[in-house]
Amino acid sequence: MSPRVGVVTFPGSLDDRDAARAVRLAGGDPVALWHGDDDLKSVDAVVLPGGFSYGDYLRCGAIARFAPVMHSLVDAAKGGLPVLGICNGFQILCESHLLPGALTRNDSLHFVCRDQRLRIEDTSSTWTSDYAAGQEIVIPLKNGEGGYVADEATLDMLEGEGRVIARYLEVNPNGSRRDIAGIRNERGNVVGLMPHPEHAVEELTGPSIDGLPFFTSVLTSLVNA
Amino acid sequence: MARVVVDVMLKPEILDPQGRAVQGALGRLGLSGVTDVRQGKQFVIDIDGDLEGDRYELMHTLAEELLSNPVIEDYTMRVVEEAS
Repeated sequence: MSPRVGVVTFPGSLDDRDAARAVRLAGGDPVALWHGDDDLKSVDAVVLPGGFSYGDYLRCGAIARFAPVMHSLVDAAKGGLPVLGICNGFQILCESHLLPGALTRNDSLHFVCRDQRLRIEDTSSTWTSDYAAGQEIVIPLKNGEGGYVADEATLDMLEGEGRVIARYLEVNPNGSRRDIAGIRNERGNVVGLMPHPEHAVEELTGPSIDGLPFFTSVLTSLVNA
Repeated sequence: MARVVVDVMLKPEILDPQGRAVQGALGRLGLSGVTDVRQGKQFVIDIDGDLEGDRYELMHTLAEELLSNPVIEDYTMRVVEEAS
């Protein structure tokens, strides 16, 4: 049986369908999860998709953090459940304190939408193990508040522990400190990423299929577990 | 009846691109000498009854955990009106 990967839909989520499709193309069984339901339906992993949960009111991810599904998810993530937060999902993971730091308005003040080159910096996480260390990929990026910030001590800690999983190449699109595009927690089961691998899983619809390994990585780790 | 005012500002070390854009506009509109602009949020919260003891503490907690993000923001909270 294929591993079951939950995709949470919040009011204002946009990329939940693409995330579910990416899971399916990678060989997994996508399971729809609902923000208002604290039942994780016994899934083996969870994707928090991109979009504008609760209209980005207050701060991006600030209200989603208190949704019933997040109560269950925070505990499960602390227990080792693999969780990938993409874009708004990354913002929710930071607001939930599952990942350190925060995402702030792009330094350009413009919403940025482009195919972005990244370097995969860490392949020890549950979501990046199918990449080669140092591999360069191109996947879509689209955000208005994607500037990753944290204090210097936290940035040094993330770098020192190899917890920066991906970095922007060529252009830093949003003013992220140290060109950080994605990070992981200490254990490696929780990953937050500002660009969108779920939009780069098929030649027909994406700039590449470079995003697919995020989804095959977690399936590989679940099957081998 | 109590009125609570919570002001939330980005920490001084966090870049505020919106404030910077406003600073530029002020200069373009003829106001010289503007050295810095920071943009924040203000919440005005009216509450029935007195805001004392545990409720006051909870308001502080929520100002820190919901209304602001302590990673990037500071908040100040004050009770401005306590007429019943």
